[in-house]
This record gives sequence, C-alpha cells and structure tokens, in this order.
Amino acid sequence: MADTKALYQEVILDHNRKPRNYGTLGNASHQAEGHNPLCGDHLSVMLNLDGERIDGIAFQGESCAICKASASMMTATVKGKTRADAETLIQEFRDMAMSKLDLNGHHHLGRLAVFAGVRDLPTRVKCAILPWHTLHAAFNSVASTSTEAEDDPMHAPIGNA
Amino acid sequence: MKLVEPASSPRLAPTFDVERIRADFPILKLKVGGKPLVYLDNAASSQMPRPVIDRLLRYQTTQHANINRAVHYLSETATSEYEESRRKLQCFINAREDKEVIFTSGTTDAINLVMHGYGRKFIGAGDEIILTTLEHHSNIVPWQMLAEEKGAKIRVVPINDAGELLIDEYEKLFNERTKFVGVMHVSNALGTINPVKHMIDFAHARGVPVLIDGAQAAPHLPVDVQALDCDFYAFSGHKLCGPTGIGILYGKAAILERMQPFKGGGDMILSVTFEKTTYNTIPHKFEAGTPPIAAAIGLGAAVDYLSAIGMGRIAAHELDLLNYATEQVNGMPGVRIIGTAEKKAAVLSFAVDGVHPHDVGTLLNEDGIAIRTGHHCAQPVMQRFKVAATSRASFAFYNSMAEVDALIAGIRSVQKVFS
Ligand SMILES: Cc1ncc(COP(=O)(O)O)c(C=O)c1O
Repeated sequence: MADTKALYQEVILDHNRKPRNYGTLGNASHQAEGHNPLCGDHLSVMLNLDGERIDGIAFQGESCAICKASASMMTATVKGKTRADAETLIQEFRDMAMSKLDLNGHHHLGRLAVFAGVRDLPTRVKCAILPWHTLHAAFNSVASTSTEAEDDPMHAPIGNA
Repeated sequence: MKLVEPASSPRLAPTFDVERIRADFPILKLKVGGKPLVYLDNAASSQMPRPVIDRLLRYQTTQHANINRAVHYLSETATSEYEESRRKLQCFINAREDKEVIFTSGTTDAINLVMHGYGRKFIGAGDEIILTTLEHHSNIVPWQMLAEEKGAKIRVVPINDAGELLIDEYEKLFNERTKFVGVMHVSNALGTINPVKHMIDFAHARGVPVLIDGAQAAPHLPVDVQALDCDFYAFSGHKLCGPTGIGILYGKAAILERMQPFKGGGDMILSVTFEKTTYNTIPHKFEAGTPPIAAAIGLGAAVDYLSAIGMGRIAAHELDLLNYATEQVNGMPGVRIIGTAEKKAAVLSFAVDGVHPHDVGTLLNEDGIAIRTGHHCAQPVMQRFKVAATSRASFAFYNSMAEVDALIAGIRSVQKVFS
C-alpha cells in the first residue's frame, strides 16, 4: 500500500496553494490545452520560445492538487531551460510516474521526484502527467491533447458506475 | 441445544444487528493499509455475503453443466436451478409470471435489450423519447443511438437545485409524438428517489410505455413491479450482493411478446432452417447463447439473503445511516452536500471547499475508506450542478454508524491537510 500522505507532501501542498507561473502569457509562441476526460480536469500551457530557450511559461486550469502542483513545479523547472532539456524532463517524469525510471540512477528530476508517490496510485498517475503531456503537445504545436488520446502512453479506460 | 440455520438465511437478531450481518461478509474483515476497510462505494458495486459465495461454490463443485441442452443429470440440475433462480427473482420484484424475468448481463445490457427489442421496432422518425437529467449514461446513450438511427428526438426532464425532477415539466413534455419514457428509480449520483409511480400513471394515461432503471433502487427499497405497473424494470446483480455479469430485465409479458429479439443464436430459437427461423417463447427469446448460469444462481441466493433480512428493514437502516451522515456533514464548515432531495436513498454526494474530489478520495483511502469520486456516469447531473466531479459515499445495510463516524473524521483530516 502506498504511503499516500507522502504524496501530499508540503512542497506539493504549497504549489497547490500558491501555484507558480499561474495565468496567461501575452507573447506565447506555443500553447496547448490538456484534458483528462475521466475527471473533467483541464489545463492550458502557454510558452514563449526564444530560439531554443524557454523564455516564458504559464499555465492555468481546473484540476486536483496533484495536477496543479505538478504544473506549477514543471513551469518553475523548465523556465530558462532549452527545449531539448525540457523534453528530457518530460520523458523522465513520465517514466518515473510509470515506474520505468530508477530514481537512484542518473536523472535530472531533482525536486520533481516528490511525485514518485503516484507510481503506487494508478488512478492518479494521469493527474501528475497531464501538465507534462500538455507541454509536450505545446512544443509540437498540437493545440489540444487528452490523457485519453491515442498516442498517450497511459491510454487506458477506467471508470464506471 | 444447537440451532441449525438454513444456509441462505442471515443470522439475525430481532432488532437490526449490524454486527451480526457484517459477520456474513468476509471482505469486511479486510485491512487496507493497516486500517479496517470502510466500504462506502456500494452504489458502484456491493459486497457478497457468505451464503452467496457458498452457493456459487456448491454450483461450481456439484451442479455445473450447460442448460436447456442435454438429458443428462447435471444439465437437468443446472437447468432447474437456473429456472428456480428466475422464480426467486420473480418473487423479489413481485412479477406476475416467471417468464417476465429475463436474465441479462446487467442494467446496461437490459436497457440495450429494450432499445433494440422495443425501440427499433416501435419508435420511428419524429417520435419522442422522454428521459431525465438524472439518468446514468446507460439510460442515455442507447436512446441517443436509437434517436440517431431513426430520426427520433430525446426530450429531457429538468431538475431543481435539490436534485428533484420537475414533475410539471415532465408532464408538459408529452405530446402525440411521445412514444417512450425512460427514468431511473433512484439516482446513483445524488440519491434522489423519483416519484416513478406518478410518472408511470401519467405516461400510461397517454398510452406511453415506461422503462424504470432500478439499478440503485432494487438494492435499497422494496420493489413491486405490479404495484408500479411499469412496463420494464432493469437492475444489476452486482449491486445487490450478487455476482457481476448478471442482471435482470423485467418486462410485461404482453410487451415482451411483441418485441423483436436483441441477439440471435442458440437457445433463443425453436427451429432454424436457412429459409425460416422460428423464435423461442419468452423469456428464452431474449436469452441467446449460454447465459452466466452460475451468476444467475448466485443472484437467486443473494435475493434469498436480502429477503430473509427484509427489504423494508434494509431501507430503514440505510435511511438511519443517511440521516446521521447528512446531519454530521451539515454541521461541518466547508463541506456541501450535492443532492438534497426530500426523498433520498443511501447516497451522499458532497464537495469539500477548495479540495478536488480526487484528492478527497485518495486521502480517504489512506484511512481505509473507499468512496467514489468522479462524474458517476452522470455527466448531465454534474453539468447541472456546475461541478466536474463529486465525492460520493454510498451506503449498504451492512454499514454501521461507526463507519459514518470514520467518514466524517476522514473528511476532517482531508480539510486539515489542505488547510
Ligand atoms: C442508476 C444506474 N443505472 C445503470 C447502471 C449500470 O449498471 P451496470 O454497469 O451494472 O450495467 C448503474 C451503475 O453502474 C446505475 O447506478
């Protein structure tokens, strides 16, 4: 059984309460909408690329604490980094959430490793991944994405009753 | 002196002794993350008591064969147990005849049967079907498929802020094109008990047949299909202490006989040639292929178990739980109940200010408490209340007041984490 309270750590609660980079960006060069149709959560990610460097980034939307904190920490982390570095983080974050990453091995996640707890909560993995998924879509100029989209590695139906 | 009890009767004291009932449910002894399981997701699926588990075991170890097919001992035993179970279900809902009870795979399957068997034959272009805002997706989507295929139209009964159907509006929806009404007995998302008797009478006065989705009523209230006079009544075994993969469609014999079959295959025919196939009589006309025999027999044992306790007593205990939980939640700042109908059954949907339902659900799980969070397959209800999702605790007769206390304490600790 997961130590869930470990997931709701102070860092996550803090980013949920006071999300960083929350709002819109006037001069966005890339943006995308992300949806999780299973719970109705949605968020938008806007960013401005200066050459290869992420010059500015913002997000907003309606979501659970895990999703909002993940978005907040994501924007804080990738701001100022290159697109290639951000793509590496996207991959590593997804791998971590799906238990495919050895956290003791070499990676670049740093404080983002607080989200490792979702590995043990299959229904919450998508909440943590959605912002990253949306960032990836924004880079690739896909206007809208969904956790249920065909190319989603997490694609799997859940829910009844 | 030794008291011998029949296998299928719960050990009951004269008053409602919830601890003795709980002893019949092995799963309730489970620990989740070191905490005793508090199972409050009964609207999604209920748990199975020992007599039903034992019945399945006995069937599987001593009675299994295919039904209606062979002259050998096991086939005859399985057939007669299967048909005996049909009669138990007939009694449970007080149907006139056992042939009015069709085994389906569940409520969804039962509603689809009516859509294909009745709707596709008798509903055409320009005809209107009345549904309600409260419906589960399983009583919306099949009718949308039919409407699209036939060019028929769906009219929707609205609800008020308490989650009650606006009956005046329902009555105004009728016109000469109205051909069918589909309405749930009890709302899975809000717990509202709908005035289905009145709605059925009103429709019948205009010659319109009515399907009742009883998925959330059959487990919680005494159901009498003759008193209701509904044309169809659908429910699922797995919400009724029975197995998954089995459900019931009750239909009035006269209507079932006029309907076309839903699925074609073995058992639903009397004779087959490539020139002409003659369909079997009801209920077999609607039971193509090998049915879930064990599950059907298990469901028979489940309704025996429930009937021995008494659906009236079950409803009364669950109302006590609901009233107590409602009172407690109403006294909590920052928690709002969604669905405040005057008549409710066993469901408490709520919102915790500033906390997303998924976070509520995950944190309650930490305390061993199982609730459902999400849209409850009732997105039109969510849209009406302008929420994407709710948290829902749903009770069964084996839940205790102490479990309600655990829920309340759990919600408080969620609030504390997010304070
Ligand atoms: C009111 C209602 N109708 C229909 C269903 C569908 O039942 P099933 O999934 O067993 O077919 C459910 C529960 O899932 C329900 O609560």
